[in-house]
This record gives sequence, structure tokens and C-alpha cells, in this order.
Amino acid sequence: MNYNWNWAILIEVPYFDWLVSGLGWTLLVSALGWIIAFSLGSLIGVIRTLPSKPLRLFGMAYVELFRNVPLLVQMFIWFYVLPELVGEDLGRWMKRDMPFPEATSAILCLGTYTASRVAEQVRAGIESIPRGQSMAGYAMGLTTKQVYRYLLIPVGYRIIVPPMTSEFLTIFKNSSLALTIGVAEVLYQARQIENYTFQGFEAFTAATLIYLVITMIVVFITDRVEAKARIPGYGVQGKT
Amino acid sequence: MLAAFDFGVIGRNLPYLWEGMQLSLLLTGLSAFGSIVLGTILALMRLSGIKLFQWIGAVWVNFFRSLPLLLVIFWFYFLVPVVVQQQVDAFQSALIGFVLFEAAYYCEIMRSGILSISRGQAWAGYALGLRYSQTMRYIVLPQAFRNMLPILLTQTIILFQDTSLVFVVGLADFMTSAVNVAQRDSRLIELYVFAAFVYLVMCYFGSLYVKHLQQKMHR
Repeated sequence: MNYNWNWAILIEVPYFDWLVSGLGWTLLVSALGWIIAFSLGSLIGVIRTLPSKPLRLFGMAYVELFRNVPLLVQMFIWFYVLPELVGEDLGRWMKRDMPFPEATSAILCLGTYTASRVAEQVRAGIESIPRGQSMAGYAMGLTTKQVYRYLLIPVGYRIIVPPMTSEFLTIFKNSSLALTIGVAEVLYQARQIENYTFQGFEAFTAATLIYLVITMIVVFITDRVEAKARIPGYGVQGKT
Repeated sequence: MLAAFDFGVIGRNLPYLWEGMQLSLLLTGLSAFGSIVLGTILALMRLSGIKLFQWIGAVWVNFFRSLPLLLVIFWFYFLVPVVVQQQVDAFQSALIGFVLFEAAYYCEIMRSGILSISRGQAWAGYALGLRYSQTMRYIVLPQAFRNMLPILLTQTIILFQDTSLVFVVGLADFMTSAVNVAQRDSRLIELYVFAAFVYLVMCYFGSLYVKHLQQKMHR
């Protein structure tokens, strides 16, 4: 293996700045995508447990649609296909005037895709609450809305904190796919450094370390959140 | 542009797209086989009494699960030719990357599969005079595979979707073929919608089969 090592390349101008700005885009796209995923996913997850059949069917269709198409294909559809399908005026705006078209498409794509996964967790959380609890709620005269508001949602969300953190890590890792439509996130920058300098080993090592360190930080924080959120006596979540 | 959909472009390029799909399926099959074997070995290491093996298994799983698959694909596309000192087919480097990466996920499935078999089964094997390898091979692993079959298949459907990522290294799978046709004939909408539809149908029916299997097993 003959290879010219040059680790210093990573702190040289402009390569260091490239990595930093790449990290910024990765975090921004993941965080904004997560906001969409969490709110939309919660809504759809709750819808899937409601008594109304058409609503449940809609929730199921959403989840199946987004879960069974590869994220890369979805990314291309958001970026290339959607502007052509939404009508001329909106399409033109999306292509010309929408701020950061690549990043916006990537955020919407990651958000709606991850929402289907979040929805499944929310549904599983709510369904894991014994029936007797919601029956007790109804017996006390609560409406369906109140049963959700005071019982199923507060308990359900505390149960699903561990899988939710892993969904957050998933959207963080999946944000790397944004590079296929031209968002200059960490991996895009690492590749760019490789193309410019032929120091692929150093560039990809840097990207690997960035992903590892962020994952470790997130796991460190969420371990504490999980310990706080755990409901005493509710199974042995996260431990085997 | 809106008025001028031409889905005939798909029919004209069907043989080319089918070639891509064959590569996707081949890559999925080989990767699934390789990573289930490697994942099972890792699971056995994680569950063995030997500290060093446990540590290797745990580090492997946590390392690969912290990284995006895309990064792993780039790594091996770049790394394999440097290490073996010759031009390597993109298919081979992608396959190596997929096996090592997906093994981390299959390992956790197999680990919980093995843990789901009651300890008494293994003890019974030892009591009959079987060695560790025989107990695993004839008693524990067959049952673990059976219990985990639906989850293994679900993970394989995910793997099939993930193979579309080889697009970034230009390997001509189904996705890349669709993109190639789309760009050459300027038919982005038709081709991307078609690709989405094909993946949707295949993965949806795959997941229906898994559900059917689960119901059959729980009866």
C-alpha cells in the first residue's frame, strides 16, 4: 500500500472550513427535518390509533408509501419531480426563488420520510398502554380527546423515548443523502476534499470521526433523558 | 413540459432497466447472505463468555451503526483499490461495504433471536454430550433463525432499498439505470416516478409476505 499520508491537510485552508460548514449543514438539515418528522409523525401515529376508520386508513397509506420507497428515490422526487407537478407558478417559484432549494427539498424529504418511522413508534407506544387505562378514562366520562390529552399521549411518549432517540440518530445519518441533490453537508465536503487533494483516507476519516463523535454526544445526552423519562414499573426498556 | 408526459420511454428502455434490477437483486442477495453469516458470527461473539470477543462484537456493532451507509460505501469504493493495489470492480467494493455494514444490524437481530431460546435447550444439548459448536448448530441456531425469520426478511427489504445508494459510485443497479435513462432522454419525471412505483410495489408485497409469515408462526 503506497499512499502519501498528509493529515495536516485537514486543518489547512480552506479544507478545514469546508468540513466545519459541512457539519453546519448536516446539523441544520437534520434538526429542521426532525422538527417536521416529530410533529407530522406524532399526528399520523395518533391518527393510526383513532376509532375512525378512514383516518386510520389514511395513516396506514402514508406509512406504507413512505416506508416502501428508498429514501434516495424520494430525494430525487422532491427535488426534480415535484416542482414540475405542482403547477406552473409554484413550480417556477420552487426552482428559481425558493431559498436554498436543495436544502429545503432535503429537509422536507427527510422530515416526511422519518415521520413515517416516528408514526410507527408513536402508534406502538400508544398501543402498548393496557386497554384498561383508556377504558377507565372513558368510564370516568372523559371524551376521546381528553383520553388522548391526559392519558394516552403523556404515557405513550414516555414509553417511546428510547426508540425516538434512535430515530433521531437515523435522520442524522440519513441527512448524508442530501449530497445527491447537492447539499454541501459533511460527506459532500469530505468527497470534495478527496477530489481536490487525493487525500481520501484523511478526508473520510475526518467524516467518520465527526459522525462518531456526534452520535456519542447524542447517546450521552439521551441516556440521561431516558433515565428521567422512564416510567417506574413499566417493563425493562432499553435493557436486556 | 406538464402536458408532455411520455411513459413510452419506460417501455423502450425496459430491457436496460431490467438489467439494472437484476444487479440490484444480485447485490441484495449476496449482501444479505454474507451479512447474515457474519452477523450470526458476531452475535455468537457478543454472547460468548470471552471478554475479548464480546468487546470486538460490541465495537463492530456500535461503530457501524453510528455511520451513514453512504459513508461506508464511499470508504470501500476508495479504500479497496488502495489496499489490494489493483483496479477493483465497483460491485465488489460495494458488496464488501454492504456485508460489513449490514452485519452490524443482522447481528443484533440474531442476538435477540439466540436470547429468545430458553437456556434449558442449550443445557439439554450439553447434557447429551454435545459440544458448544454442535449445540449451536443443531439446537440453538435453527430455532433462533426460525423465530427471527420475519425480522430478518424485513431487514433484507430495507437492504434492498439501501442498495439504491450504489448510485453514488455509479454502479449500474436499477436506480442508477433509471437515472441514466432519465438524464439521457430528459424524462426525469417519468423515470423517477416509475422507479418509486417499482420499489413501492416490490417492498410493499415483500412486507405483506412478512406479515403473513408472522401470523402463520403465531398460530
